[in-house]
Amino acid sequence: MRIPILKLHNYLLISIQIDLDDQTAIQFQEDLLSKIHKSGATGVVIDLTSVDIIDSFIAKVLGDVVTMSDLMGAKVVLTGIQPAVAMTLIDLGIHMQSVPTALDLEQGLLKLRQEVEE
Amino acid sequence: MNLRSSVKIQQEWDIVGARQIGRDRAKALGFGTVDQARIATAISELARNIYLYAKNGKIVFETIDDLQHKGIRILAIDCGPGIDDISQVMEDGYSTSGGLGAGLPGVKRLMDQFEINSEPGKGTEIRTVKWVR
Ligand SMILES: Nc1ncnc2c1ncn2[C@@H]1O[C@H](COP(=O)(O)OP(=O)(O)O)[C@@H](O)[C@H]1O
Ligand SMILES: [Mg+2]
Repeated sequence: MRIPILKLHNYLLISIQIDLDDQTAIQFQEDLLSKIHKSGATGVVIDLTSVDIIDSFIAKVLGDVVTMSDLMGAKVVLTGIQPAVAMTLIDLGIHMQSVPTALDLEQGLLKLRQEVEE
Repeated sequence: MNLRSSVKIQQEWDIVGARQIGRDRAKALGFGTVDQARIATAISELARNIYLYAKNGKIVFETIDDLQHKGIRILAIDCGPGIDDISQVMEDGYSTSGGLGAGLPGVKRLMDQFEINSEPGKGTEIRTVKWVR
């Protein structure tokens, strides 16, 4: 299973639509980094609207994706985190404070534009 | 009525299967969306620990539905290496695999009851319960 990565101008857009297993999550991490490298994208939006569970493994993969992309010069914004998912993350003690988030895809793109222009 | 069923955890994909079954059970019992997510997340953590540290084991689901209370009991049972120091693995951030070390302390917060029985060299059994409010 591979998660599609769309390119829009300088940005990469990903909408995660499946229940992520570990292998798919790791594959996605690799695919995204190589796509950033090839395209020279400056921003990435990962939309999690359809994701109804984030456990500590997936949280780690997402956190790592943000850090690695940042190292490669692309800012990542996570969008659409469901209220129930936000609550379980807090129960897990995972705060994701250093990860930029936005309500939806549109807000995410706005945030990217602001961050990248800074 | 107490319904009991179990799933084997032998490969990575079983983690996803177990948490989906748990969520369906929780939904059928009348848990709200947030508690469904809590239960599914707890199962995911317990099943991954079995897969990572014990190689194989099982997750058992028990529906508790009597006159007084309604809830779900989740057991994670393996015959893996066991846990030496239980208070250590319950610390936030403690991991022997480069993980976040958020699993066990997280499951304790996600669920209403939590208990570990483990014997080094023999295996581990974790029992948790979540009550419908
Ligand atoms: N079923 C198990 N059998 C043996 N050891 C375990 C088991 N579950 C957890 N552990 C130990 O407890 C530690 C903490 O587990 P956990 O809180 O889930 O964090 P993580 O999985 O990220 O390391 C693990 O690193 C492992 O050493
Ligand atoms: Mg774990």
